[in-house]
Amino acid sequence: MTLKSTLRSRKRIALAGNPNTGKTTLFNRLTRSNAKVGNYPGITVERAVGELDLPGAGRVEVLDVPGTYSLSARSPEEQVAIQAIAGLHPLERPDAVLLVVDGTQLTRNLYLALQVIEIGVPLVVAVNMSDMLRERGQVLDAGALARELGVPVVEICALSGEHLDELRKTLDETLEVPARGCPGPRWSPTSEALLADVAAVEQAVPAEWLRHGGKGGDEARRRRVMALWALLSLDEHDEVVGVPESLRAAVRERRRLASDEGRDIETEIIRGRYDWIDARASAFLRSERAAAPSITDRVDRVLLNPALGFVIFLVMMGVVFQSLFSWADPAIGLVEQAFGWLQGLAVRTLPPGIFADFVTHGLIEGVGSVLVFLPQIMLLFFFIVIMEDSGYMARVAFLMDRLMKSLGLHGRAFVPMMSGFACAVPAIMATRTMERRRDRMLTMMVVPLMTCSARLPVYSLLIGALFPPRDIFGVVPVQGLLMVGMYLFSTIVALIATAVLGRTLFKGPRVPLLLEMPPYRIPHWPSVLRSMWLRSKVFMTEAGTVILACTVGMWLLLSFPRDPGIQARFDAERAEAATEQPAGAVLEERIAALDREQAGAELRASYGGRLGHWTEPVIAPLGFDWKIGVGLIGAFAAREVFVGTMGVVYGMGDRVDDQSVGLRRRISEEAHADGRPVYTPLVGLSLMVFFALACQCMSTVAVVKRETKSYRWPAFLFAYTGILAWLASFAVYQGGRLLGFG
Amino acid sequence: MSLDALTPGSAARLVSIGGERSFRCRLMELGLLPGIEVRVIRRATIGGLLELEVRGCRLSVRQGEARLLTVDAANA
Repeated sequence: MTLKSTLRSRKRIALAGNPNTGKTTLFNRLTRSNAKVGNYPGITVERAVGELDLPGAGRVEVLDVPGTYSLSARSPEEQVAIQAIAGLHPLERPDAVLLVVDGTQLTRNLYLALQVIEIGVPLVVAVNMSDMLRERGQVLDAGALARELGVPVVEICALSGEHLDELRKTLDETLEVPARGCPGPRWSPTSEALLADVAAVEQAVPAEWLRHGGKGGDEARRRRVMALWALLSLDEHDEVVGVPESLRAAVRERRRLASDEGRDIETEIIRGRYDWIDARASAFLRSERAAAPSITDRVDRVLLNPALGFVIFLVMMGVVFQSLFSWADPAIGLVEQAFGWLQGLAVRTLPPGIFADFVTHGLIEGVGSVLVFLPQIMLLFFFIVIMEDSGYMARVAFLMDRLMKSLGLHGRAFVPMMSGFACAVPAIMATRTMERRRDRMLTMMVVPLMTCSARLPVYSLLIGALFPPRDIFGVVPVQGLLMVGMYLFSTIVALIATAVLGRTLFKGPRVPLLLEMPPYRIPHWPSVLRSMWLRSKVFMTEAGTVILACTVGMWLLLSFPRDPGIQARFDAERAEAATEQPAGAVLEERIAALDREQAGAELRASYGGRLGHWTEPVIAPLGFDWKIGVGLIGAFAAREVFVGTMGVVYGMGDRVDDQSVGLRRRISEEAHADGRPVYTPLVGLSLMVFFALACQCMSTVAVVKRETKSYRWPAFLFAYTGILAWLASFAVYQGGRLLGFG
Repeated sequence: MSLDALTPGSAARLVSIGGERSFRCRLMELGLLPGIEVRVIRRATIGGLLELEVRGCRLSVRQGEARLLTVDAANA
């Protein structure tokens, strides 16, 4: 509780603004390096809190409010803005609001400023990028704007950091004398009809929404604010939470009455605010000369060109893709090497036994399997943040919308879907760039179907072992063709799954796409790196703990129960070998072989091994035996672990990889009790199809759990991909047998 | 006429917005109120998005939604 009480004694500033105003850059510039990122309660909207030191107020907390064009809400995600600024449950009322407005899009940005002023929280307006107004032949008179709004206005440049000292000073003064940032409402309803509507709805505003309002006049003001909010936010289709039915009924009733009179309440309110702004715009915005074509116009002529734009986009995607595939590789290798070294160290220093085994294979491997994702996550977020901050992401959505719309998604889903080819974990985290919950969910449910890089070692092992290098028609290599085929297969299934899920489980009202095309801007590099780092940290702390727990669980499953009989039997065999052979290379080799055989025997006797046995009736129709079942269980830790697990199952040690000739030969020679080979090309194909579709990846499941805040969605993902995989493998294997293959 | 009938580069005054309430509110809160000048900047490939300029801000909407916006080209 001590932490909470220190936080409460600190002043709190809410940082708000429209999207694409440089709000995040300003947050990163203003706050110290120890910002904390989490989620707002109950939803997956990123909540960043930082600390800012002010000369007078001391250390204050800065809460980054998600970018929004207005305080109206249609979903719990959009509700965050009104909660964070007005201090509605579950969020606390800020001591001041810092509103970032885009100087080049002033009238639209001021709409939000008027709403914040209506609430009556002390406000400071920071006008960002007003220097760019000159491009349009306009000049801002910040003094006039401050007079009209009745709140302090500071012109800043978040990118270069200019005038931030002045901004800090103004914030400090406003925290000291809140009245400076707290004028009366700039606009309020004047027409008798609208006043009657608002008064009627005010009666239904619940008492707990007024609690933070303070005494006397404040409460009446807050009542009005919430009534106006309700009139703009609530209707029969909204997903807003915590609204009493009586308030909904009041809104419905007034809307019906107004409609009978041919009035539209929403238009009257919104027009009222915009009329106030437009009437005063000439006072603070002066046109000096005709606008010149902007840089954005010239760049868009190329980047949004129907032909060239696509080519450039594909090249850029190629770079992102290539980086996830190969540039991340050295870093991944480094992480793996470091953890291999740590494991070696643990083996050398700890006394051999169950504890050493736990540390090396449970703990170190667990932490390693979390950190191994970091290079790809950081790279993908690096590109995504650049695309977002530069304004290019909106262009990607513009170019790809036609294609994604046919799948029931919109253009923004393209980047996460594409990233799924590298790794589902960062791709699922990238779904956050979409505003709508339904779009995020749908994308998360299909991204794991894309062929990620962890499937490659499995494909490569099976193709290498079962399909001899041969060319069709003398030019097309069979092995390469199979690999391409697996990619095509998974992509087609993912697209079909998107279309089907989007029309069934995620069926909902079609929401129109409104896509802002912000001007191109140069990203602020320290801010890009910081955003990238904060998101990676979230992965490590939240998804990482689940992955770690699962790794330890897998270790328990595959190493218990310990059968002393096996140990005794192999000890005896080792002793016997030692008496038969003189010490030397031959004996060492014999002992090593016995060690590997022991590991295989122990695995087969473990819970995991038994589970493999139990699964045999289920997987036999797919052409798999119980040993493959053990491999599939091991693969849940991560698909590529399949290769190592099969190595152990076949008594070859866990140091095999997909290129290892021994394992490939072992697989092609493995036979059933009656002498039939276990692996025919048909079984190999069936197994690859299973790997292509099943979400056998606890990290993916953990990340979906983290991003959806529920157990239901990860469970659904695991179940539906598992069933799909089983059915497809069944069709391949049994169909193939009917056709006389295998 | 509907907004989607405008050729890229031309402007017109917004007369009314149709469609669902939430869609109308969203557009109005972005400043698209009847009487405002709307310019069509470009179209994406066939059936795709339409980029508009309103109040110096750029905004893309789908063709289907653009049909819900009635404009008066003569009064631009």
